[in-house]
Amino acid sequence: MNRLLAVLILVVTVTFVAIAWLQSGGVARERMQSAQTPEEAVRLLLTEAQQHNFDAAYARLENRAEVDKSAFIRDFYGSNGSLLTYAALESFDVWGLHANDHEATLRAKLHYSTAVGPLDDIRDLKAEHDGSTWKVVWPTTHAPKLAPQVIPVNYLRWDVINRGAEDDWGVQNVDSPQVRIVSMNALQRADRVVVLGEIVNEDTVPAYVNVGATLLGQNQQELAQETSFDKISHTLLPKQVSPYRIDFPGMRLDKIKSVRMDAKAMLVPASADPVIEVSQQRLEADALGKKILSGQLVNQSGQIVNIPHVIAAFYDANGKVIWVSDGYIEQELMPQIPVAFAVDLPDDVAAKVQSYHVVVNHYDRQSS
Amino acid sequence: MRLFVSTLLFWIAAVVPSLAAEVHPPSQVLAGAAFSMPSSGAGQGTLYLIGSAHLSKRQVNLGTDIEVDGDDVQHAGRYTVILCTDQCSASEFYVHPAGPDRLSLLVHPSRVPVSNPNAISAVAVVWDVYHNLEISPETVKFTVNPDEHTSLSEARTTNNGIAWIRLTSAAKSGVVKLQASVGKVSEIRVVQQVASDACNLRIHASSESKKIVIETDPVRDCSGNFVPDGTVVSFTMTDSAGETTVDVPIKRGVAKVEMPAHGHARITAASGVVTGNELNLAGGGE
Repeated sequence: MNRLLAVLILVVTVTFVAIAWLQSGGVARERMQSAQTPEEAVRLLLTEAQQHNFDAAYARLENRAEVDKSAFIRDFYGSNGSLLTYAALESFDVWGLHANDHEATLRAKLHYSTAVGPLDDIRDLKAEHDGSTWKVVWPTTHAPKLAPQVIPVNYLRWDVINRGAEDDWGVQNVDSPQVRIVSMNALQRADRVVVLGEIVNEDTVPAYVNVGATLLGQNQQELAQETSFDKISHTLLPKQVSPYRIDFPGMRLDKIKSVRMDAKAMLVPASADPVIEVSQQRLEADALGKKILSGQLVNQSGQIVNIPHVIAAFYDANGKVIWVSDGYIEQELMPQIPVAFAVDLPDDVAAKVQSYHVVVNHYDRQSS
Repeated sequence: MRLFVSTLLFWIAAVVPSLAAEVHPPSQVLAGAAFSMPSSGAGQGTLYLIGSAHLSKRQVNLGTDIEVDGDDVQHAGRYTVILCTDQCSASEFYVHPAGPDRLSLLVHPSRVPVSNPNAISAVAVVWDVYHNLEISPETVKFTVNPDEHTSLSEARTTNNGIAWIRLTSAAKSGVVKLQASVGKVSEIRVVQQVASDACNLRIHASSESKKIVIETDPVRDCSGNFVPDGTVVSFTMTDSAGETTVDVPIKRGVAKVEMPAHGHARITAASGVVTGNELNLAGGGE
């Protein structure tokens, strides 16, 4: 009886393990161990990278001699506190662009989940037929390195001493910065109402700003309330202008009588460093045919900017803000090294855009 | 509870006034000042002293002057004194503030652009030593020290303990001291008068190897004050490579930036809502 029970437990265990293996894509993995097609090769490599099995993923490269393994890992999960270091590769799509018997070009769309929301990364990869199997040719990117040097930084820094809690009533305090919403535009999009515009810090001290909007109905009742959240550059230096955008999903503009805007500003310690140059900005179409504003960011300071965040305001011929786009850059900004960026904008908006203004927000480990 | 006791004792005192021993306080006393009240009757009685923020009870000898300590009347306002033997009698007196001893000076804003009419408000609140609002009219002298050598004064009389003044900021940036004084008491606040928006923002450019160096003239407001360091100037260059923008903080009075040169370029600058001149460079450099 005992022996029968032991055998039964063994059989059940083996059955469960087999089911789990099948459900986790074991068959597909087994089939792809020896990639019979270019797509299988890329999928296998990405699957192993997704599971942080970088030894196996690296072994699948055709051009291992040219690709440094640590650089290969960095391509997936970043470095220096960049956005990818706070990300996980959730899934990916792979499709072929061109193929013959010996080599193929494929496009992979990597879906990351990051600390600031989903992030898609599109990469074009080559695969080569090597004997009985296909292997991936990983693009070799030789990141430019800055020569060792000392970069003097003597930009301003503002510190704040506020009135103490124990101070008597009437003791002088420092006022909050004066900020002003210089433009506001409410738009109806397919599934939402969007309130966007620009805000300026009119004061001589830095301000931490946030813009809120309340939609009011025909009887002045509040329909919805939202803030710009991260679609604004929160820390504004004196006279600095930032775009903002506030989304109201599911709302209709024809139900709204007015919008109540609320700009809040706080006095915060801040630094004028780093200065980030936004160069080679141009409106163009990306590989998928979507309209984008692309360019390069150059960190002119000596410290690493961990997570750059680009916010762009687009204007029509009358100088009115008609759209605000933003995007996080997955790569850190090393001093003086240009990094490409792109933010998308709707096709119908792109047709009306006459000019644009880009600001760069940044999140740094040192300052957080 | 205090209200209940007070009401109860009042009722007792009102019902049987003719039978009670009596106390006769002065109609007005100063906060914190000891005083005495003559009383009638004989033997011992219980004295209740009830103020807006004070309540005390003690045994007293009737027919003598009853001493009230200054600590019992620190808070200004109406007080009720009740003397009880078999019956109770009540009297009222008023405690006035002890005279100006403290000054709260509220000055707003702490930063103000230059040449701004009535932009600074100063409100002085006069208190006595026990934090009672000094409601009798007092003369508060407001003094402004725009620099080390000059001072301007103006007097205002308090109304219900408060005096206020509005001031226009000076044309020259810098720190201004604002003093309010009443008697020997004075308070000083500091207001920072800051430059207004940039005026006549002008830029010039020069070429260095493959880069264009763009620099502003010293950035001043319309009164000639230097715009504070840290103020952002946005440079925009449009050339064959596209558009390049850099937000540069002013440092030592000027904002300076280097941009890559790609042939003919159009360069503009702006600070907040103020725009500067436009440069058109042929072949990178001027």
